[in-house]
Amino acid sequence: MGKSSLTVDIHALSHWYGKGSTRRQVLQGVDLQISAGEVVLLTGPSGCGKTTLLTLIGALRKVQEGDVDVFGQQLRGAARGQRQRLRRRIGMIFQGHNLLRCLTAEQNVQMGADLLPNLGYRARRDQAREWLRSVGLEDELGKLPHDLSGGQKQRVAIARALAAKPKLLLADEPTAALDSGTGREVVELLKRLAREQSCSVLMVTHDPRILDVADRLVRMEDGRLYQTIS
Amino acid sequence: MIRALWQRRRIPLASLMLIRQPVRLAVALAGISFAGILMFMQLGFRDGLFDASVTVHRLFDADIVLISPRSTSSVSMAGFPSRRLIQAMAAPEVEGITPVHWNLLLWRNPETLGTRSILALGFEPGHPLFTDPTLAAKAKLLTQKGRVLFDEKSRAEFGPVAKWFREGRTVESEIAGKRVRVAGLIGLGASFGADGNLLTSSETFLDLIPNTPSGSIEVGLVRLKPGSDADQVAQHLQSQLPDDVTVLTKQGFIDFEQNYWRTSTSIGFIFTLGAAMGFVVGCVIVYQVLYSDVSDHLPEYATLMAMGYKLNSLLGVVVREGLLLALFGYLPAYAAGQGLYLLVRNATQLPVAMNTVRAVSVFSMILIMCMLSAGLAMRRLVDADPAEIF
Ligand SMILES: Nc1ncnc2c1ncn2[C@@H]1O[C@H](COP(=O)(O)OP(=O)(O)O)[C@@H](O)[C@H]1O
Ligand SMILES: [Mg+2]
Repeated sequence: MGKSSLTVDIHALSHWYGKGSTRRQVLQGVDLQISAGEVVLLTGPSGCGKTTLLTLIGALRKVQEGDVDVFGQQLRGAARGQRQRLRRRIGMIFQGHNLLRCLTAEQNVQMGADLLPNLGYRARRDQAREWLRSVGLEDELGKLPHDLSGGQKQRVAIARALAAKPKLLLADEPTAALDSGTGREVVELLKRLAREQSCSVLMVTHDPRILDVADRLVRMEDGRLYQTIS
Repeated sequence: MIRALWQRRRIPLASLMLIRQPVRLAVALAGISFAGILMFMQLGFRDGLFDASVTVHRLFDADIVLISPRSTSSVSMAGFPSRRLIQAMAAPEVEGITPVHWNLLLWRNPETLGTRSILALGFEPGHPLFTDPTLAAKAKLLTQKGRVLFDEKSRAEFGPVAKWFREGRTVESEIAGKRVRVAGLIGLGASFGADGNLLTSSETFLDLIPNTPSGSIEVGLVRLKPGSDADQVAQHLQSQLPDDVTVLTKQGFIDFEQNYWRTSTSIGFIFTLGAAMGFVVGCVIVYQVLYSDVSDHLPEYATLMAMGYKLNSLLGVVVREGLLLALFGYLPAYAAGQGLYLLVRNATQLPVAMNTVRAVSVFSMILIMCMLSAGLAMRRLVDADPAEIF
């Protein structure tokens, strides 16, 4: 597989937390490749370093050692401005929904669409509505997060992440706060929409019932990554 | 242009963050309004008092005023030789002069018989004194010795002089132990240094203060021919006349008086301090509100950063919150200021009124207050770490 078609290309990535005697290694020489449009599920026990890996790929943290290539850009040594620009092209879905409490569902999604350059206000708003329709929330446009159910909030979060037209979606236990039925629906929706956008997905999950949506499963243990053939 | 801006419009995060927390917003606006009202009142009083210190000064019919260099203010006017005023006539621009005696005298309240100090001006009844044309007719009444014109806007402590006079009674009183009769009423207004005023003829005046050195006056009014440059003539006269006299333009005379109250008393300091207190209180409140607002929204700001929003655009949200608070806190303060000025005017006779300079400066103070607080609150935003929100 040519390197250019890889959305994420990680080689020998190690990461430490803390300083001096409390310094502790959480990632130990991780290698991972994700191709364009691929859906990869990452599982592993709590505390093994999954979230850390996600924040490194998402350009939220400085890379300490190893190579992290996202969209062909080397993240080790990347300046803050470069990481901020890169983040615009990566969609992120968090464990908690992390919606802005003071904004309606529509406005929250538009915060994602507002990141698109060269689009007029109305076009961005129409896109926000379109995304809410695709996650099945066309009737809840004007509601505040407070008035939405957990599943609905997570669907708004998905719409918000996709509204910025990312080519990589990082999701950290997006179903953790949902009951299993709702969780399954949300993940399937996520996968379908990502597919339509040919957007790669890296999703951390503990939920064994959703493993089958993945193209590929990887397992992490104690900071090491093991490829699993699905 | 407008269209382009409209197209680039974003979700109005700042206003939504404020509006969706009505209690916090109300606290912030109340705090800012309170600070604004305090500043309006303190500065209004200060300017009103300074303004009131020159109530009489403004009324003089003069372009140039001669005073003694030893005079420090309206409450301590020294004499100078009236010859100097005659000498000033030599300048071709001078049209007319009026010598004026000026002193604080003790007036006996005809009702309670208590005494109180009143500003007495003595002049030749035929000479122009004030720009007010109705005075000339009343001045004739002073040609008779022992007559005075009483300022009906004097404070009530001088007795019900105006009331009695209008009722047709003969109002007599004592000044410096000598009997005087009120011949008429004039409307001047209490000033800072004098609670009341009265006018009399030079003759009566000298009679009231017999130890005045002959040929000495406290104020010399000089009127110029139309089209003359008062500044230039004043400079010229000052260079021509001996230095036992100071030549001022009318504005210079007004400034001289105000400057005394501004610099030689703590009035300016006290009221400016009061306004500064309002500023500080406002700063603390706005800072508290913005700081807790930013703290509360920290995870949301971090989320926006994770989405790829620039730190600067988030700082911009805080700045806009500050701007909105400034604007909507100022408006009620302005309205309340207007209302309170009206109350104060009615209660104290002080010329306290809204003016553009004060309206703008209080707004600027509020703006500075909000921007300063926003700037400090912003430092909290730097703590928003997008890596910590997963
Ligand atoms: N900011 C941090 N500072 C110090 N230690 C951290 C920090 N974040 C995570 N850790 C530690 O690193 C290890 C890996 O954490 P994390 O990547 O969150 O694991 P996971 O997401 O798989 O549960 C854990 O032991 C955790 O306690
Ligand atoms: Mg985790």
